[in-house]
Amino acid sequence: MTAVTPAPPSIADDPAPTGVVPPARPGGRFRLRTAAGFAFGAALLFAVAPLVLSDFRLSLLAKYLCVAMVAVGIGIAWGRGGMLTLGQGVFFGLGGYAMAMHLKLADAGPGGMPDFMLLYGQLDELPLWWRPFASPWFALPATVLLPMVVAFGLGSLVFRRRVRGAYFAILSQALAAAMVILLIGQQGTTGGTNGLTDIKGFFGYDLDDPVNQRMVYFIIAGTLLALLALTRQLIHSRYGELLVAVRDGEERVRFLGYDPASVKLVAYVVAAGMAGLAGALFVPAVGIISPALIGIVPSIEFVIGVAVGGRATLLGPVLGAVAVAWARTTLSERFPGTWTYLQGLLFVVVVAFLPGGLASLWALARRRAGDAESRRRGWLPLGRRRVERTEVPAA
Amino acid sequence: MSGDRLDGLSVRDVRVSFDGFTAVDGVSLEVPAGDIRFLIGPNGAGKTTLVDAITGLVRATGSVRFGDHELLGRPVHRISRLGIGRTFQTSAVFEELSVLQNLDIAAGARRSLATLARRRREVPDEVAAALETIGLAERAGHPAGTLAHGQKQWLEIGMLLVQDARLLLLDEPVAGMSHEERDATGALLETVSQDRTVVVIEHDMDFLRRFARSVTVLHAGRVLSEGTVAQVQADPRVQEVYLGHPVDAGSAPTGREA
Repeated sequence: MTAVTPAPPSIADDPAPTGVVPPARPGGRFRLRTAAGFAFGAALLFAVAPLVLSDFRLSLLAKYLCVAMVAVGIGIAWGRGGMLTLGQGVFFGLGGYAMAMHLKLADAGPGGMPDFMLLYGQLDELPLWWRPFASPWFALPATVLLPMVVAFGLGSLVFRRRVRGAYFAILSQALAAAMVILLIGQQGTTGGTNGLTDIKGFFGYDLDDPVNQRMVYFIIAGTLLALLALTRQLIHSRYGELLVAVRDGEERVRFLGYDPASVKLVAYVVAAGMAGLAGALFVPAVGIISPALIGIVPSIEFVIGVAVGGRATLLGPVLGAVAVAWARTTLSERFPGTWTYLQGLLFVVVVAFLPGGLASLWALARRRAGDAESRRRGWLPLGRRRVERTEVPAA
Repeated sequence: MSGDRLDGLSVRDVRVSFDGFTAVDGVSLEVPAGDIRFLIGPNGAGKTTLVDAITGLVRATGSVRFGDHELLGRPVHRISRLGIGRTFQTSAVFEELSVLQNLDIAAGARRSLATLARRRREVPDEVAAALETIGLAERAGHPAGTLAHGQKQWLEIGMLLVQDARLLLLDEPVAGMSHEERDATGALLETVSQDRTVVVIEHDMDFLRRFARSVTVLHAGRVLSEGTVAQVQADPRVQEVYLGHPVDAGSAPTGREA
């Protein structure tokens, strides 16, 4: 650095020649970094992973990326909005079942009935509520909209009654349990404990063909990147800041003239839509959807990944979800039976000692370098902020 | 940036009960437009509960009118949108957001969905003005949690300003402040009362003597006395409540009661 340098390098590439309007918005360097980040992620998912991973591992990765989509939604609802939702399995399941019903009907034989219905033999014809799912024009939007509508209805009731904190967590978990009971109880039309299995085709493509499996993987990877872009926009918008304000001071926000219930509802509905989409894409990737995949235990596992990665950050939930899902597969192959304990231990350790998740280590390293500039510009980088030590946000 | 017109607050026969305990027992008071009214009284007199009732936090009977609007029976955020803003005894700024973000959120209750979905591109005018008024322009980019106690209180007042509150209800704004900070807060109140109505709950008698334009004394949920500072101080009933016995006018009430 010489004395000639007119400005620190950090703003040198953001010259703002007019000099009139202060760069309130993070400038060109910031946008460039984001674009580079997305390009790196895309290269990793679309080029590196298919090259280095076997077909089997790639299909596992596809499954993990679906879990990561749920995690992105939980990051919004919980990390940003303070709503610890232990029942995302419900929305994941709604999306998954909607997709599986359509695929089963598309696969169905001459009678137009899915195989398991014929097997149980209680029904002469397709139940009324199955019929619309025969049309992809209904089923595909339904995978996302159905969870969103359910979340809207539930959230309207719950948030207006100011149910929050641990009570909200328990309520959302109970919903996951109720959904499982309902599915198992209606075995004749839902497949019961088995769920909807043997899904072989995906809009005319044979899912047993590795090429088509690879295509499904690409769809999933692309969707995840799109959801991340959407989430990034959301958390940097004014709404995103408002959501954090509601998380940290719901009553205060109310006195500023906002209805916190509506603010939370939006985040909850968005998270539900993401979980639904994840469920829908999970079905062609794995070939099955069943109550065991959407109940209380998987719902909690979704949250563990988010906590480990760092719930208030953009990438933390994704990386945490993939890492935990990967560890679960690898470790349970090697030490069957002990993974559950390891997972519980991991959760406790993270919550107790690293409440911001692994992302907070990264943030710690960058804080000194990055924040000085942001401070000068007036806006705090939302993603790099300390997260409260409390597990369940105080009511 | 201020309200288009100056409105007064009219409280008529307001009662608040919690499970049989009557916290506010038929309070009536008129705060004319542009006043700086201090609400004082011993602990449990019902000061904060009255403010809670006005802002919709607790249910109350009677009538509270601000300008042309009846406030009782509306939800908190609707009352707020009518131009009523309040602060709390404990500061309630969003500690993890910057000073600027705090003010921007306070300014935004009427924003459209489309605006909310976008990023902020510049500092809104009213936010910039409020930053100057409350003297925190230098600290705009810092997290509100790093502010000193007094600065947090000012930030709260600033949030009421950008919120376009035309009635400010301040609950112990100078508690825990240094002398200099109190003076600055008093000056701030005088500035903002030029086009707003201000109600202050305060225990600090020195602060009250210097900045109150009128005073209402509450005791056991009722209005005990009302008037100018001198009138209230001379009222033997006030002296009795504060000191337990009537004393010479002018020497009581003094200091902060605990």
